[in-house]
Amino acid sequence: MAEIIEMPKLSDTMSTGTLIKWLKKEGDKVAAGDMIAEVETDKATMEVENFEDGVLLKIYAQEGASVPVGGPICAVGEKGEDAPEVDAPDSGDSGSDKDESSKDEEKEEKDEDESKSKGKAEKSQPKKEESDESDESDKSDDSEKSDSSGDDDSGERIKASPLARRMAKDQGLDLSAIKGTGPNGRVIKNDVLKAVEAGTAKKGSASKDSSSAAPAAASAGTAVAGLEDKEIKVSNMRAAIARALVSSKTEAPHFYLQIEVDGAPLAKLRKTLNDKLAGLAPEQGGVKFTVNDLILKAAAEAVRRVPAINRSWKGDKIVQYGQVHLAFGVAVDDGLLTPVIRQADGKGLRQIAAEAKDLIGKARGKKLKPDEMSGSTLTVTNLGMFGISDFYGIINPPNAAILSVGATVKQPVVNEKDEITIGYRMKIGLSGDHRVIDGAVGAQYLSALKEILENPALMLV
Amino acid sequence: MAIITYRQAIKDALAEELERDENVFIMGEEVAEYNGAYKVTEGLWKRFGDKRVVDAPISEAGFIGLGIGASLLGLRPVIEMMFFSFVYVAWDQAVNNASSMRYMSGGLMNCPLVIRGPANGGTNVGATHSHTPENLIANFPGLKVVVPATPADAKGLMKSAIRDNDPVYVMESTVLYGNEGEVPDEEEFLVPIGKADVKREGSDLSIIAHGRSVLESLKAAEKLKKDYNIDVEVVDLRSIRPLDEETIIKSVKKTNRALLVEENKPFCGVDAQVSHLIQRRAFDYLDGPIHRLSAVDAPAIYSPPIEKIQLPDADVITREVLEMLQVKA
Repeated sequence: MAEIIEMPKLSDTMSTGTLIKWLKKEGDKVAAGDMIAEVETDKATMEVENFEDGVLLKIYAQEGASVPVGGPICAVGEKGEDAPEVDAPDSGDSGSDKDESSKDEEKEEKDEDESKSKGKAEKSQPKKEESDESDESDKSDDSEKSDSSGDDDSGERIKASPLARRMAKDQGLDLSAIKGTGPNGRVIKNDVLKAVEAGTAKKGSASKDSSSAAPAAASAGTAVAGLEDKEIKVSNMRAAIARALVSSKTEAPHFYLQIEVDGAPLAKLRKTLNDKLAGLAPEQGGVKFTVNDLILKAAAEAVRRVPAINRSWKGDKIVQYGQVHLAFGVAVDDGLLTPVIRQADGKGLRQIAAEAKDLIGKARGKKLKPDEMSGSTLTVTNLGMFGISDFYGIINPPNAAILSVGATVKQPVVNEKDEITIGYRMKIGLSGDHRVIDGAVGAQYLSALKEILENPALMLV
Repeated sequence: MAIITYRQAIKDALAEELERDENVFIMGEEVAEYNGAYKVTEGLWKRFGDKRVVDAPISEAGFIGLGIGASLLGLRPVIEMMFFSFVYVAWDQAVNNASSMRYMSGGLMNCPLVIRGPANGGTNVGATHSHTPENLIANFPGLKVVVPATPADAKGLMKSAIRDNDPVYVMESTVLYGNEGEVPDEEEFLVPIGKADVKREGSDLSIIAHGRSVLESLKAAEKLKKDYNIDVEVVDLRSIRPLDEETIIKSVKKTNRALLVEENKPFCGVDAQVSHLIQRRAFDYLDGPIHRLSAVDAPAIYSPPIEKIQLPDADVITREVLEMLQVKA
């Protein structure tokens, strides 16, 4: 059985030894006590003593090789015996190029030549000497170049100064949408400040594709950041919105109704509720209602009066649902989600408000689960907060109708006494699927909704 | 405030400390009867006599060793190097013994030693007389190094160095000896060791420099303001070790850009350390890579026209700032 002779630890501080000279050749007979090699440690050159009787079968570490303590240097065994395979020690003069071994395919041939010239060099020995020139030639003295090298092979890493990176993060800006004017197109502080000023590059609103971003906005010195051409990748959400709404608008023949509601009672109710409740702790019943909460409640309540609105077209049949699963639109970055309040008809205002709040939070955090976004029977959208007075949504399939709630607008109205007074008017539109419902059903529903909204006490019962 | 030269400021500091503390004495080659090779100690021998101002033989290892021994026994030697390049022949005393005494005695002994003298290139005295070894000295824990750029700092730092209980190296400059500047009159004017000084406030970029480079940086800053409306802040390290990290970091956090200027050679120079410090502690505040200007990495060049460009001057600094800020010259 062949013994592998390892690099001995010849001084306290020795971690590697350099094989200076072999005193025996492969095939030589060796006896215990023979000196077989000279090794240079960190302190001195010393001879390595052999403790085995036999034949020097194989030299693993060539002269000049640097071998860690414990690393194989040779094998001693009986004549004719095969030497064990070992992980070859570094044969290199430099001793530091191990990780270059698999680097360069082209160098393989050259290397073989080199091996031949060395006679017995191991096949598995790491290549050496190859790396020096090729490595150095890549390096540039130019600090700017070396600063960015390695970042941009793929063209994907965005070059930005550490400061710009931090500022963009703090401001919620998408670095890839900011054109860098620093060296090598690096995004620098000034670029981020300009984006902040121009209100561009908001996260999620912009393209991930920096290659086409903004030649115009960037040129330093332009006082006003211009608009820019860009391509925006279609997100999964946008693709889903596109599919659903094209199918809705092409398959469902829309009709449109609008009713004007006196918004004052609702506003008064909301004010009363919030004045009394918003200041209380949750365990005391503290809560704050939005206009939307009240409308959702009213919309669900109105279905009880006109259940025909709560239907779906199923091709060969129409389904009328016994419960109202009320969807409502939530604008999110780059899209719109419609979370669903289940069995809204059976829920009180407080619970609807709580669920709506929860769902809005999840929608904005992109944390809605699929079952929280599906199975609706009626949908409410609201653009009132943007000051839109009236509009018509596209039906959210498979619903038969969608409500479009506008802003409550202060305007002159003629009251029952034919006097002109200040009124608070809210317009609610309804888009209906004419396959499922007719104008009369939509009108009845809107009337019922109007009555509830104008007499919000009806929501209490 | 009196306007005096850098040379006079050091002389005043030495005289005041000789006067104040009888344990203070000066030793060096030609410091006494010849009044100093660069006349820094002019008149002191006459005034304070043989015991307080001592001419030493040309044997730096001998008289620095003597200084260490004297300091351990309670004296406060101020040893002059005619050129700081001569400290190398006394390396064992100057760095090995001086830095280790307090440590190896477990704090029982102090080594209140000052080694001072010119450490600068640019004066056509050749490669063996032109070193700026502040980085070498600062590498030894236990040693302090200050590099004053102005007469006021020269005086205040010299007095603090003499009063300090550890070995302090005060690296002066023959180029600066004739410079005039305001120096506060009060006798107890001290500049604390380990405190950098913002020599000029600015918002666009921080130049961090020491020694004569501070003055070149200030010149560049003037030009940059006048010609390009660029506001450069100039931080004078004054003390290489201990290093005033806070002032450096504060300035870089304010301006987001750092240019480091020194007459040291670039490799393992003081600014290599400063550069590391900045990226480590102000990384998220950097709006661009830290730039360095150092001496051209070669022995001090003897040919005067080439020697002139070996050291960074105001023009080079100006160009570098413009490049960093991407402003066309």
